[in-house]
Amino acid sequence: MFWTAILAISILLYVLLDGFDLGVGMLFAATHDEARRRSMMSAVAPIWDGNETWLVVAGVVLWAAFPLAYSILLSAFYLPLLLMLAGLILRGVAFEYRSRAERSRWIWDAAFSGGSLVATFIQGLMVGALVEGLPVSDGRYAGGIFGWFSPFAVLCGIGLCLAYCLLGACWLVRKCEGEVRDIAYRQIPPLAIGLLVFLLIVFAYALAANVPVMNLWLERPYLLVFPLIGVIAALMAAWSVRHRRDGVPFLMVGVIFLAAFGTLAISFWPYMIPFSITIEQAAAPPSSLAFIFWGAGLFVFPLMLLYTAISLSAFRGKVASASDYHREATSRQPPS
Amino acid sequence: MDGLALLLSRLQFAFTVSFHIIFPSFTIGLAAWLTVLEALYLRTGRPAYRVVFEFWLKIFGVAFGLGVVSGIVMAFQFGTNWSELSRMSGPIQGPLLLYETFTAFALEASFFGILLFGRPRVPPWFYFFSTAMVALGTTFSAFWIMINNSWMQAPIGYAVENGVYVPTDWFKIIFSPVVWVRFPHMLLASYLTGAFCVAATGAWYMLRGKFDAEARIMLRMGLYLAAVLVPVQLVFGHLCGEYVVSRQPSKMAAIEARWRDEKPASEVLLAWPDVVNQRNLFAITLPAPLGSLIDSDSLSAAEVGLASIPPQDRPPVLIPFFTFRIMVGCGLIMLALAWAGSYLAAKGRIEQSRLILWCIFLSFPLPHIAILTGWFTAEVGRQPWTVYGVLRTADALTPFLTARVAAVSLVVFCAVYSFIFGFGVLYIYRLLRAGPVDRLILPPIAAVPNRPMSVVDPHAHVRAPETRRDGAVAPAGE
Repeated sequence: MFWTAILAISILLYVLLDGFDLGVGMLFAATHDEARRRSMMSAVAPIWDGNETWLVVAGVVLWAAFPLAYSILLSAFYLPLLLMLAGLILRGVAFEYRSRAERSRWIWDAAFSGGSLVATFIQGLMVGALVEGLPVSDGRYAGGIFGWFSPFAVLCGIGLCLAYCLLGACWLVRKCEGEVRDIAYRQIPPLAIGLLVFLLIVFAYALAANVPVMNLWLERPYLLVFPLIGVIAALMAAWSVRHRRDGVPFLMVGVIFLAAFGTLAISFWPYMIPFSITIEQAAAPPSSLAFIFWGAGLFVFPLMLLYTAISLSAFRGKVASASDYHREATSRQPPS
Repeated sequence: MDGLALLLSRLQFAFTVSFHIIFPSFTIGLAAWLTVLEALYLRTGRPAYRVVFEFWLKIFGVAFGLGVVSGIVMAFQFGTNWSELSRMSGPIQGPLLLYETFTAFALEASFFGILLFGRPRVPPWFYFFSTAMVALGTTFSAFWIMINNSWMQAPIGYAVENGVYVPTDWFKIIFSPVVWVRFPHMLLASYLTGAFCVAATGAWYMLRGKFDAEARIMLRMGLYLAAVLVPVQLVFGHLCGEYVVSRQPSKMAAIEARWRDEKPASEVLLAWPDVVNQRNLFAITLPAPLGSLIDSDSLSAAEVGLASIPPQDRPPVLIPFFTFRIMVGCGLIMLALAWAGSYLAAKGRIEQSRLILWCIFLSFPLPHIAILTGWFTAEVGRQPWTVYGVLRTADALTPFLTARVAAVSLVVFCAVYSFIFGFGVLYIYRLLRAGPVDRLILPPIAAVPNRPMSVVDPHAHVRAPETRRDGAVAPAGE
């Protein structure tokens, strides 16, 4: 079950890392001031694609270690994945093309925040659909092409948008100074309250609609440890926002994400696709797992973790004067 | 089963993978060339090598970024459109692609950062080592991908359990003889792509009378390398043909438009295959036993014709027949150009021969066309199988995929790709046009390794010390 852990770590890292830069992408649309926009972009520009690499890592780990789950999930989420990829590609190139464009800058602005929004919404939607359970028969997805669509999934999509925005705002607080930081501070409380309201709605809906996961919860009360950690972290975050401790909110919201992820993971256990495919069933044959364990698992994966840590630490500290980074962009024409 | 959905999915895969292959094949070649340049610079200390290195590094950055972006789509497409394939062959193909991603991530990404931003911070030998590691990383990527594809061409080392292909012998899979002719064939193709693009750029500058020293290096190194590699490539191409003869007779029959069994066989050079009546129109044919000689190195070998392959197992004929001939044609033109150009360059006359310079300049699409048509031959010729002889393409498709949904995704991919790649290609063109301007680049202030394209951001540079023609470093304020 080594690969379950690897998969969980990859997904968690993806959510935490790409979560804040998608969140910054969405908050980007909330301001029209060019200087502020540039600071926001600089706060994530050097690390975003390292973050997104974790999505690919999660994807191939899923295929190599759990081919059955890979084939069911990816074919079931055909249209959502298409939209998510298109969103991610567009927002990715926006980083590179925006500073070069003059008249067409609005295209890349729209691509950046629009792409972030779509990608986030879709990710939430897919998690929601998974929690509700996908129709699977005989090792194949059995729902229609819109089989994942439900009000609950849409709720989860909106919820994740709020959550990533919150994470993004906390990242801005941590990385920026001046106006950008102050605005981000002001955005945190409404986002947090909005998220809380959504969580309550989702919870109430789940109770009312009798989502199977809820039964699990009632059977395993020890699961409440995770939400408890989440609540403590939320209180810490509120305190730190009040006292303007720039570094703390991001860490605390990170802990909340961790708690939420842990809650989900444990309520899925032992299923990989809830209530149809267990981790055991989805796993690749032993000869495949052994082959990837002795090379990729034991050596390359730790190396990748190390590398991520190094590149994040190379970029620690504030990007206060980061607007210098793009300042010339407005005063000079791009080369032709 | 929806026939139209199948067709659209195949088109979509062909479109996205064709777009993708252009960039990795270019960057594999460039990475090797950068390693050679850096070695020459360390050895001789000639600043021109350094200038050429910095210039091609920028182009490498953009091409690398586009390759990564288009590669992400590939990682998901196996599951979305070909869920049956990914379910059944996942235990074999999944681990191979996992190794591809992991080695690429570990080698390319980490050492690429040093390449882009580490020059002032690491000792020269380590910088050279990083260049070599990036080249090794791109080569490894190609290696795993070729193992994966070769397994689909000639499956080996597996057993079928509960409708799933379970690997029984990884050693056989990785050291399959098919891998060891196709991988060098692809690698050489990448090197030739690099060589021709570099030589074409050099020829372009010569024609415009710019960047004389750098243009000479690009033109000569590109041509000499190609002059050596093209013949080797032809040999490996021939070896690939031999594996096709022995393991994929239906593909060979389609490539040769050979309708009936022949012993010894003749060789169709050019024709218009008439698929309905199973004959060739306007054929230019070499007499027997030349067909046997070319396909099997024998004067008397029997060659399989399409008629003796069951109709449901026959591949399309027109596409493999013509794409194969286009590929070989490109190869022969490249051979002629490389030899003629090298001869003139060695005699020191190439600067005056504007005609050959024009030809070399215009030859830059040839290696790309050869790679694309070569892959078309390999992949279309494998039809109707996805895993040759084991899994039909029609059975590999996601079972409930409808034509409408497949059409939507195809249109979305076409739109997004043309949009971003249009800009990307325009950008590479601008860089090439501007040429190796005489300024060594220092890293942007806020740059870290993960952002390859930022190195070419013209606004992100701090002012660098300028290098004069003679290579002396002058202070920035001079």
